[in-house]
Amino acid sequence: MNNQIEKRIELKAPVARVWRALTDYREFGEWFRVKLDGPFVPGQVSRGHITYPGYEHIKWEAVVQKMEPARLFSFTWHPYSVDPKIDYSQETPTLVEFALEKTASGTLLLLTESGFDKIPAARRLEALRMNDGGWTEQMKNIESHVAKTS
Amino acid sequence: MSQKRHSRIAAKPQARAPVFAALGDKTRLMLVAKLCSGQPYSISQLAGDSRLTRQAITKHLRVLERVGMVRSVRSGRRSLFEFNPKPVEEIKEYLNFVSAQWDQALARLKAFVEE
Repeated sequence: MNNQIEKRIELKAPVARVWRALTDYREFGEWFRVKLDGPFVPGQVSRGHITYPGYEHIKWEAVVQKMEPARLFSFTWHPYSVDPKIDYSQETPTLVEFALEKTASGTLLLLTESGFDKIPAARRLEALRMNDGGWTEQMKNIESHVAKTS
Repeated sequence: MSQKRHSRIAAKPQARAPVFAALGDKTRLMLVAKLCSGQPYSISQLAGDSRLTRQAITKHLRVLERVGMVRSVRSGRRSLFEFNPKPVEEIKEYLNFVSAQWDQALARLKAFVEE
């Protein structure tokens, strides 16, 4: 059984451009839809809040792990920890890694999220419940927005 | 948020168990792979030609039973074990959800760096 999520995506942009979009906290916030308080620093906590309309009360919190320029950016977090009443800090976070590779046409981005075996089942179901609500609608809106602008 | 779904989940204690952790073991994965065929097995059938003792098999079956992936059924005087797919389906559902969020985020990243 696969315990991790893996994504590969080809980006028609130079590695340096992708690196900036991933690691500049303002640029990251643009596409991830989160407003961050300050720059990413390895070993430090990154804080902010989600910028989706209706979800602004949800906090973003991650711990930056590695920043190896133009190669690897990683952080640990509690994925989709959306219930303000739950103290997620007691749970083992998952590890998100963005690895970059130069290609003929631009950049190959490999995303891995691992460590799901440590998340309590109750929390996994929490995230699913969230999916029943307005989030799904939001995602559709963004999808159509991206389709229009790309 | 659907209240109905909430109560359904809340009423199911085994849903809180660490299913992933239960699968993080080669022997248990092997047992699940066998049990997935759909028919109930006895402990000696599960031990098969492996080097595992009945005690070891029983120990691993108990772990799987605790998370609801396996349940024991009686057949006459024998105790058999069968697979319950539900917890695995719930994990898949969760991973699919997080995976879909990443697809959306990466699509936005793509649009962002390629514009």
